[in-house]
Amino acid sequence: MIKLTINNQTYEVDASPEMPLLWAIRDMVGLTGTKFGCGMAQCGACTVHVDGNPVRSCSFPVSAAVGKKITTIEGLSERIGEAVKKAWIELQVPQCGYCQSGQIMSATALLKTKPKPTDADIDAAMQGNLCRCGTYQRIRSAIHRASELIQS
Amino acid sequence: MANQLTNIDRRNFLRLTGITGAGLVLGLSAHADGAATVENLAAAGESFELTPYVVIEKSGQITIFNTKPEIGQGTFQSIPALIAEELEVSLDKVVIQHTGGEKKFGGAQFSGGSASVRTSYTSLRKVGASAREMLITAAATQWNVPVSECYASDAKVFHKPSGKSLGYGELAEAAAKVEVPKEPRLKDPKDFTILGKSTPRPDVPLKVNGTAQFGIDVSVPGMVYASIERCPVLGSKLVSYDDSAAKKVKGVVAVEKCERIHGVYRSEGVAVIAETYWAALQGRKALKVTWDHQGNDKFNSKTYEQSLRDASKQEGAVEHSQGDFDKTFAEAPVKLEAFYETPIVSHSPIEPMNCVASWKDGSLEIWTSTQVPGRIMDEFTKTYDVAPEKLKIHVMFNGGGFGRRLYPDYVHEAVQLTKKIGRPVKSIWTREDDTRMGPFRPMTFSAMKGALSADGKAIAFQHKVISPTLDMRKDYDKTKADRTMTEGISEQKYEIANMKNLYVHHYLHLPLAAWRAVTSTTLAFSHECFIDEMAVKAKKDPMAFRLGMLTKESDTKNVLNKLKEVSNWDKPLPAGWGRGVAQYEFFAGLGGFVVEVSKKGTGIKIEKVYAVIDLGTVVNPDTVEAQVQGAAVMALTAAVKSGITFENGQTVQSNYHNNQLVRINEMPKVEVHILANGGPRIKGVGEPGLPPFAPALCNAIYAATGKRIRRLPFDINKIV
Ligand code: FES
Ligand code: FES
Repeated sequence: MIKLTINNQTYEVDASPEMPLLWAIRDMVGLTGTKFGCGMAQCGACTVHVDGNPVRSCSFPVSAAVGKKITTIEGLSERIGEAVKKAWIELQVPQCGYCQSGQIMSATALLKTKPKPTDADIDAAMQGNLCRCGTYQRIRSAIHRASELIQS
Repeated sequence: MANQLTNIDRRNFLRLTGITGAGLVLGLSAHADGAATVENLAAAGESFELTPYVVIEKSGQITIFNTKPEIGQGTFQSIPALIAEELEVSLDKVVIQHTGGEKKFGGAQFSGGSASVRTSYTSLRKVGASAREMLITAAATQWNVPVSECYASDAKVFHKPSGKSLGYGELAEAAAKVEVPKEPRLKDPKDFTILGKSTPRPDVPLKVNGTAQFGIDVSVPGMVYASIERCPVLGSKLVSYDDSAAKKVKGVVAVEKCERIHGVYRSEGVAVIAETYWAALQGRKALKVTWDHQGNDKFNSKTYEQSLRDASKQEGAVEHSQGDFDKTFAEAPVKLEAFYETPIVSHSPIEPMNCVASWKDGSLEIWTSTQVPGRIMDEFTKTYDVAPEKLKIHVMFNGGGFGRRLYPDYVHEAVQLTKKIGRPVKSIWTREDDTRMGPFRPMTFSAMKGALSADGKAIAFQHKVISPTLDMRKDYDKTKADRTMTEGISEQKYEIANMKNLYVHHYLHLPLAAWRAVTSTTLAFSHECFIDEMAVKAKKDPMAFRLGMLTKESDTKNVLNKLKEVSNWDKPLPAGWGRGVAQYEFFAGLGGFVVEVSKKGTGIKIEKVYAVIDLGTVVNPDTVEAQVQGAAVMALTAAVKSGITFENGQTVQSNYHNNQLVRINEMPKVEVHILANGGPRIKGVGEPGLPPFAPALCNAIYAATGKRIRRLPFDINKIV
């Protein structure tokens, strides 16, 4: 049994240690907001926070998450996360929506370290998150908007 | 369209939808929406008994049924909005339910061809308007006042003089007994509160907090997971397999064969089924499978492309002819020819193909992300011999469609597996499966000919398409032009007197599919770049050259004029910059772009993109803007990223690292303008923003660098 702390709750999962954290979160804990897109750290759909840092959970063994604080889209609740979600709704960012949990997790992590990101900061932080629907222009605007919301 | 409003047999309907306490149930007795479909999914013209769309319960709950799966294009808002507007209720007070292919909901239960809004606009408004009038009549009768003194607002009917009101729920039962109005009065567009406005989409909050349920998120009791090994050489046959090692993997419960059914393309795979998806993947790695490649392991993209070039020498079947092309071309003072090439590409929605299926006591239940619940109902009742009332399809939010989910091959596999093992099965394709297995958008190659008069006027034009076809039958009739593969080439409004467009079919054994904006995505590139070549040869400005061929009024002319205006076309650009224009009209609609680029090192940078989409009538401008921006990104990926290639019968690309998509840092700014000047035809939203992007970009590159790009994809960082 492996013990995980996800969104401030403790779960015990019967997973082999090398199994990616993504499948423990989705299939064993049942939190499906975190998505599977590629399985090789190329798309960012599976992004969660581990001790506050954005991590591609498809390429992160569950054993490495033991003793750490995992946050998924469902548990994103502090001020910056709320501002990001608010901006995302205000600007109607999602199309199909499938990549958006990962986008929001990456954007929140960016704003935590850089509350006033430049376009170059956004390029650097968000490059790992693919969106096949092509919502990038709105993602950029929504990050700037969230930044404003945080300042106010 | 013979739409007739009907207050339907409620008992039957309620049994069907499981809704209790319903008062008013309104629907359409309609022919299938008659939409142009990507591949005749909906057997257009077939008439269906009833299409119920709105249910008002005594509790006041209003349910609107949406027959158009949400794939990111916004039908979860735009379709219910058509009813809600006329019904005088805001969308946040309405429950929206996806239909699951039930016969009662008619033949057009699919999302494709940018058809949803344009084919439903009037018919669904009539449903809403009829319900409103019936509710008003019920209230007036109850109050014993003239109908003219009553009006509806915010899910209530009001009596103007007295100010009293009744909620729709309270009126539903009485309203159900009112005769359905023959010609309900539709609202004047100037009174619209939802239609034509940028209204928030009800699915957005769910997609922001992680609660939206996509197919891959479904879980049912007793469910096991499947991962399927299919031969990397497409078109192979399964000979045998050894599953002894796979079955030793902890968690593996079964290994079974299943068949992928994609039109005429059939292939067997071996599924490893396990208690967790991870275990299924490990078990799959331990499989030993023997395949018979049927000679397909000799297939290479390079050789196939050469065979397309060779095939271009054939005369081909005539797709369209006007005037006398051959004579005019032969005698013309100025003529030019060019050959254009495009790649095979993948759909690559970020949600991989997946399906949960459960077979129990002769009943089949399916949960999946799909664009085609209607097709699944038709096809699966036949293939698996299950009665329609024993097949329940749950349409989930689609994590991207782009045409990929018009094809239920992945649903077939899951259904066969649950039948075999007697437990619910969730089958998930890996990204590698998705990238390698297709189905793919085929390439088109184009041989272009054009002729000019001595004073630089276009007098003859020919577009010959050489390509495989979505109709993958080996006995394809080569004497006929396949209009899916020549989409739009004879529909452009340019007034060129002599034209002969041709089609040469060339067989390809791979599984193929429609892709967002179908064949227009490749044909617009050759067509509109070649028009540019003609303009250059005529020594004319490309915009002026196009407008010069549009003397009659047309939507195309309006689009180009609007592009000219919003892009400041005549304003000089800085040195090293260039701008290009392109438009394309096809079955789904009409759009155009002006792209501005600048030289940057050996490559080019996209500085600015102006888009104009002509709709006639717009339902949600904000959604339209998003769709056109997204279409531009998808078109850019198809123009500058690798595409799909084959070596030794296998797909070279496997995942997003070598089948790359445009990322946020490569996204140009796209400014979208919508033309909505009324008119009889409503045009589509999801697709028309795609085809003209690549030609506008390549025309801009020519303007900036003098380099003419005639083959996609190209490396945007290595132009000069
Ligand atoms: S699924 Fe983890 S990065 Fe794509
Ligand atoms: S919103 Fe569809 S993939 Fe990003």
